[in-house]
Amino acid sequence: MNVNKIALVGNPNTGKTSLFNALTGLNQQVGNFPGVTVDKKVGKLKLSNRSIEIIDLPGTYSIYPRSKDEEVVYDILSNPQHPDFPDAVCVVVDASNLERNLLLFTQIYALAIPIVLVLNMSDIAFRKGKKILLEKLQEEFPEATIIETNARIKSGVKQLMDTLDAGNLVRHTSPKALIAKEDVLTQQKDTEQKFQEINALIKKCVLQDNSTQTRRKVTRLDTLFVHPIWGYSIFLVVLLALFQLIFTLASFPMDLIDSLFGSLSAYLHGILPAGMFTELLANGIIPGIGGVIIFIPQIVLLFFFIGILEETGYMSRVVFIMDRIMRPFGLNGKSVVPLLSSAACAIPGVMSSRTISNWKERLITILVAPLMSCSARIPVYTLLISLVIPNRMVFGFLNLQGLIFFALYALGIISALLVAVVLRMFIKTKEESVLLLELPDLKSPRWKNVGITVFDKARLFLVGAGKIIVAISIVLWALGTFGPTERIQNAVQKIEKPTSKNAIQLAAYEKQVNAVKFENSYIGILGKTIEPVIKPLGYDWKIGISLITSFAAREVFVGSMATIYSVDADGEETRSLLEKMKQEKNTDGQPVYTLASGLSLMVFYVYAMQCMATFAVVKRETKSWKWPIIQLVYMGVMAYVSSWLIFQIFS
Amino acid sequence: MKQTLATSDRGKILHVQSVHASAISAKLIEMGLYVGQEVEILFSAPFGDPIAVNVGGYVLSLRLNEAALIEVA
Repeated sequence: MNVNKIALVGNPNTGKTSLFNALTGLNQQVGNFPGVTVDKKVGKLKLSNRSIEIIDLPGTYSIYPRSKDEEVVYDILSNPQHPDFPDAVCVVVDASNLERNLLLFTQIYALAIPIVLVLNMSDIAFRKGKKILLEKLQEEFPEATIIETNARIKSGVKQLMDTLDAGNLVRHTSPKALIAKEDVLTQQKDTEQKFQEINALIKKCVLQDNSTQTRRKVTRLDTLFVHPIWGYSIFLVVLLALFQLIFTLASFPMDLIDSLFGSLSAYLHGILPAGMFTELLANGIIPGIGGVIIFIPQIVLLFFFIGILEETGYMSRVVFIMDRIMRPFGLNGKSVVPLLSSAACAIPGVMSSRTISNWKERLITILVAPLMSCSARIPVYTLLISLVIPNRMVFGFLNLQGLIFFALYALGIISALLVAVVLRMFIKTKEESVLLLELPDLKSPRWKNVGITVFDKARLFLVGAGKIIVAISIVLWALGTFGPTERIQNAVQKIEKPTSKNAIQLAAYEKQVNAVKFENSYIGILGKTIEPVIKPLGYDWKIGISLITSFAAREVFVGSMATIYSVDADGEETRSLLEKMKQEKNTDGQPVYTLASGLSLMVFYVYAMQCMATFAVVKRETKSWKWPIIQLVYMGVMAYVSSWLIFQIFS
Repeated sequence: MKQTLATSDRGKILHVQSVHASAISAKLIEMGLYVGQEVEILFSAPFGDPIAVNVGGYVLSLRLNEAALIEVA
């Protein structure tokens, strides 16, 4: 029979993904399995005259699902009518740990699906003094095709391809159906039975040379990584290095992207005839796309470093030492990575929460991640701090401005943990919180896997979240550009037109016109409409406008302020914006930016989910609109209430 | 009281005697903790929880409340 569709299954850490990458290269696509949050990874294996579709199923230790993600494997393999039911299954097995790995294999072997047993990582088995007698193994499983591979060095992969191409795989002659998904007790008995059989089988098929077992069971590195002092110190250093690298390496490409899209807009403005379409393209679509691309350097770098840490096995040690600390908050050791990543940017943070298999813990992690202060808040914090916090020393050695900056970060972290505790009580699940995590041997990373992970995540973000981001940018642009025509005309006419041809005066006039147009656009009207609502927080309508535009990305706050106060916001000119803002007075003559309103605004930026990119990513990762909306609302309420409190206390 | 993985000493070769019935017992067995399996506690995290256990040739980390379900001798 011809094989056109193959499913790849196996335990986690068996090199299944390496093999998938080796077979399909970059011919991979990510789709959906209906009804679950797990991604469906499908690749094409290109053969000389045709291609075979390969589905990479989630890693699992048993065919009987113990988590939502694992259910996919059971559902597909137990149901020949399933649209993803394969023509054959490749069970990838870690040859150095045959016993536990064979459980899944023997479960699937009993089904009526042609099966290939892929003995992967035989080099490690060899180093552990294990020799697998292939002929004996073949005798035990006469209806399986057995292939030895080492996906790391690509040996055996060609043979596997040829086998799949030839397609003369046999079907089990006396298949047995799987035990019902709910009948856990029978499953448990079956598992115990299978392990007895596997044990007997291993005695026949594996030669264990005990003399080569000189490997230390606990390596020195492991002792170091889980040490009460060294373990945390090393983790801290790794983190600091990671953030330093991300910030220093990402800033250059980010600036480049920023200026590139800026000049593209300006260029299009110059060459295209003036009109609505040009405006839409140059001020709506191009900046919108730029707003998506700008995140790519951070996403790529973060996943590159996380990929290395995961590939080497170090990450599982971090999970191991952080689990106890995170548990009281309804989180898991695995929540550490997403939360810390969110301090750079919530987008890769939310995306890296996938390793958490428990849905409740994963959801809580996603929901609190944006409370960590990301890099986009830095320009906002900086502007506001220099606006209202005096630059002086406290306790003789601490700079007050720096202290407030630190306090804002701390506020984010503490709030994330507290909110997690609260969410823990509201989100119900039948899934038990377990750690049960395999600590794989520490090893050097496979660069191809790291590369493909990075590529995958970047593409996922571009395709999955990019559409929503571009759409919202265009809406924001339209709201900021259009307004009631008469109202805008009236307002513009009120500005005195300079009579001279003085370039500086003309430019100043231009800026004033733009500011007035913006003020009377729909966004401006919206800002004024919400003024009564934000008044108790100490904000005027100008801040209101900036709050709305900030939804495009928080750092837009600075740019919007600059437009409203008709100054340039780039570089040195931030100072002139600062001056204008300092002089800004309310109708009653009081300054707008006081300590109270400034602090209130800072707290608002710590809490409010003003980031459509995060919104889009949460929608993608939770596969529903429900959770991003809940997140938007709870963070909004928190921002409003705390800002109000802060303003009342300090004024 | 019977000895469990949660109350055992590091570095001793032990064997699983039974797995207490619980929501995760099937999962524990699937991870290789079936009756008769050879286990050894290798190291523990800074607060003594979770622990890392050698289960028939691979290293599994368990929280203490999970380890308490595994009777050993």
